[in-house]
Amino acid sequence: MNVFSPLFVMCLQFIAVLFAAPAFAGWVRMVKCWFQGRKSAGLFQPYRDIFKLLNKDVVLAENASWIFRFTPFLVFGTTVLAGVIIPILSIDLPLSATADAIALVALFTIARFFTALAGLDIGTAFGGMGSSREKTVASMSEPAMLMAIFTVSLVSQSTSISHMVNVIAHGEFVLRPSLAFALLAFILIALAETGRIPVDNPATHLELTMIHEAMILEYSGRHLALIEWAGMMKLFLFTTLGIALFFPWGIAAAGDITFLPVAILLLLIKLFFAGIGLVLIEIGLAKMRLFRIQEFLGSAFLFATLGLLSYFMLE
Amino acid sequence: MSISPFILAASAILIFLSIPLLVPLFLRHQRLLINISSLIAAIASLLAITAGVWTVWKGSTESYIMPLGLPDLPFHLRLDPLSGFFFTVIGLLGFSVSIYSIGYVKGFLSRRPVNRLIIFYNLFMAGMFMVIIADDAFFFLISWEIMAAASYFLVMFEDEKAENRKGAFIYILVAHVGAIAILLSFGVMASLATGFENFGGYTFDAMRQTEFPIKWATVAFLLAFLGFSAKAGVFPLHAWLPEAHPVAPSNVSALMSGVMLKTAIYGIVRVTFDIIKDFPWWWGVIVLIFGLLSAVMGVLYALMQHDLKRLLAYHSVENIGIILIGIGLAMTFTSFHLPVLAALAITAGLYHTLNHAMFKGLLFMGAGAVLHATRVRNMEEMGGLIHKMPWTAALFLIGCISISALPPFNGFVSEWLTFQAFLLSPSLPSPILKLIFPLAAALLALTAALAATCFVKAFGITFLGQWRGHHTHVHEASPSMRVGMILTAVSCLFLGVFPTMVISWMDIIPEKLVGGSLTTTAGQFGWLWLTPISHSRASYSAPLVFLIILAVVLLIYIFLHTRKTAIHRGPLWDCGFEKIDTRMQYTGTSFAMPIRRILGFIFLIKETVRIEASTGTPGHNTFPRSIHYRLRVRDRMWGWIYNPVADASFWIARKTGKLQQGRIQAYLVYSFVTIIILLVLL
Repeated sequence: MNVFSPLFVMCLQFIAVLFAAPAFAGWVRMVKCWFQGRKSAGLFQPYRDIFKLLNKDVVLAENASWIFRFTPFLVFGTTVLAGVIIPILSIDLPLSATADAIALVALFTIARFFTALAGLDIGTAFGGMGSSREKTVASMSEPAMLMAIFTVSLVSQSTSISHMVNVIAHGEFVLRPSLAFALLAFILIALAETGRIPVDNPATHLELTMIHEAMILEYSGRHLALIEWAGMMKLFLFTTLGIALFFPWGIAAAGDITFLPVAILLLLIKLFFAGIGLVLIEIGLAKMRLFRIQEFLGSAFLFATLGLLSYFMLE
Repeated sequence: MSISPFILAASAILIFLSIPLLVPLFLRHQRLLINISSLIAAIASLLAITAGVWTVWKGSTESYIMPLGLPDLPFHLRLDPLSGFFFTVIGLLGFSVSIYSIGYVKGFLSRRPVNRLIIFYNLFMAGMFMVIIADDAFFFLISWEIMAAASYFLVMFEDEKAENRKGAFIYILVAHVGAIAILLSFGVMASLATGFENFGGYTFDAMRQTEFPIKWATVAFLLAFLGFSAKAGVFPLHAWLPEAHPVAPSNVSALMSGVMLKTAIYGIVRVTFDIIKDFPWWWGVIVLIFGLLSAVMGVLYALMQHDLKRLLAYHSVENIGIILIGIGLAMTFTSFHLPVLAALAITAGLYHTLNHAMFKGLLFMGAGAVLHATRVRNMEEMGGLIHKMPWTAALFLIGCISISALPPFNGFVSEWLTFQAFLLSPSLPSPILKLIFPLAAALLALTAALAATCFVKAFGITFLGQWRGHHTHVHEASPSMRVGMILTAVSCLFLGVFPTMVISWMDIIPEKLVGGSLTTTAGQFGWLWLTPISHSRASYSAPLVFLIILAVVLLIYIFLHTRKTAIHRGPLWDCGFEKIDTRMQYTGTSFAMPIRRILGFIFLIKETVRIEASTGTPGHNTFPRSIHYRLRVRDRMWGWIYNPVADASFWIARKTGKLQQGRIQAYLVYSFVTIIILLVLL
């Protein structure tokens, strides 16, 4: 049993990432509706959307090349791979050593690189605009993201995510100011990376302010389903990554399969609150102008740097 | 005489030196000449690869003294693992480019004879190998000059164009400023080795055995770093690169960018780690700072370019910067006696050297194929080439992914190793360095992210969208060009997926140079895992990343195609406007606009909009007849460094020119005064 338990946990987590991600997205939308005084479509609307899209025919633009058709599959593939690396339920994942935190950032970059190419592939102004803006935001958020990761990795002396989580969750509890700064930076970056307000608005179509939606405007049918699904997984993964790095208590230690039900229950509770927190940020802020985003991400970078400084000065 | 790596290396050089002799025999059969000379060059490159791989694998060092050169100053040659590694790098790219040249050079046949290209191409290759194998200052500088002069004539190949002449002139000028600095540096070291009475100090061996006083060692290092930086295109001495590389024939640009710049990296490593050996920590910090500057400025300027080859040339500045970051880190770690960390950093630097040779070679060859097919260099006039040149597009994309440091290709591996080296900086004893190094790592992350942006632009504007050009007869690259590109693309993938194998092969180099190695840590978990330092510290498994992504993509593809959902092709969605035309696409200039606006202070930007009012309604610009938008982005370094230096030298020349009176009496006075001064002084 002990030999199979890490594999079993990994499969469980794989299924959880695939099928809980739409529910989490649904939960965020639901809470948002409640806060805005609207009636929500329910927790399961994202599933219905994906199912509907999967069954629809695909309409491709005349000059779409193989890049346009290949991108949704690749985006989905890299996101799934990221999903089995991040310790969500247990830190004992057989594949967690495949990629460390730096490689994880690079996995999300592959998805973004190809989505941006797909945006340019059609040759409309909207697609190009989306690609250009997405890559601009990314080139500022990635250094900040790595800086935040460096700060966390200083505590654990490692960039392996499992190891980082293990040190924080199962080591001696110390109140660390560096982690507080890193958390602040991480929240700002996660908002930018997952395309939420105030950087991008996921609910918008056909506005000159859109970023991510502009790139995928031409997608339809199963391609759109894959991209939307991968987007929901990305939101789910960034939330769970934040939970794993900063609130890891409850994630099962190595070889501790009996703890799994507790881990699942705690994860659900954390996600419940994370969703509410996200909505509070989103309804509390307005979307920023494009040329304010560098200030937003600059402050994320600053917070991460402060975390680094405080590690060397205070810890 | 049994075959040894040295024999292979020497015969490769001799073959390259003798190929130009074929040219007079085939003056009337240019096609045949191209085929034969390229094939022989490819074979010679194979010999060089074998010699290099063998030397590194055995970890052997062979030295020979050749009875050539001036009396009492014979040439010393030496092939050690470091030279073997660079032999492999140059040989690998030389092989692919030689095969590519078969098809590429034929493109010139309708316009001009190619004799000069073939002669100097082979001399250039020979010169690079000679630099690597030289073991004394004299032979090193002779080879260095052969390499510089041959590449000058290659840049000048299409000499009827003014920009070629200008680019070549700037190139040879900067190359010689660098060569003088290198000469002086060797002079300082040679004189310290044996004094001025004896010429024996000119061999690297004599220099190696000398303990230099720190003051003079610093002078020698700074001179050498200046000299090699000029050749490598380190910021701010990079200005020749974007002038010379774009105008050279593309096979030559691939070699110049991919491997010629690396000879300068070789020089820096040779002088610091092998000859001087003992240095203070701040040398490493200097190298690191210039590396960071080159990396960030290189990629930012690259983003502003719309000439495909110029963009790639600026990316060479960036990548040389990344290599120097690795080497600077290694120097700092060495000076604090942390051999394992130094081994990690220098492996990162050298691995990036190899990787950059492969992907930059591939990208320049791809750009060459595009130029060959479209006859334009400006990517704003291209677009949609993925439909017309599917092979070139796919191969160029591999180059773009590799250079953008995306797994599972090779660029990611070396940048990942560099990041790991950065993250080990907390073990340094100096608190200031501990703080600065992670910030430097963030700059490297910025570079990587901007590089990805830049290559989305380069690939997207050139190959995707719709064709913006005027003529329509665009053709795919010829088979030999494709083979050349496929070879480098495959090595990009191989170096990315099996880094552990390559790193354990080259592990002997850090062991010899800095006294630490990675095998004890990296090899222990097998070829699957790349784990510098320890398994709990960090690990990356490129084969698994590659396989899992591939498997998931395939599975979903099969799963989604079991049911019948049709694919319809429809016209572009035009937002309700009619007649979208190809000029309404996003251009490279508009793609880079957000970055230009955010980081605009770095560039010298001149932006003008001229509105031509329609003739019928004077004073009304509501419906102008045409709008002219002009954007000029220039390098600030021209105004800050190059123009002042040029003005100063012209000023000095003018002042000195006043001595030239043209009257015999004045000249007699000059001679008389000179004689008096000499008599008094001596």
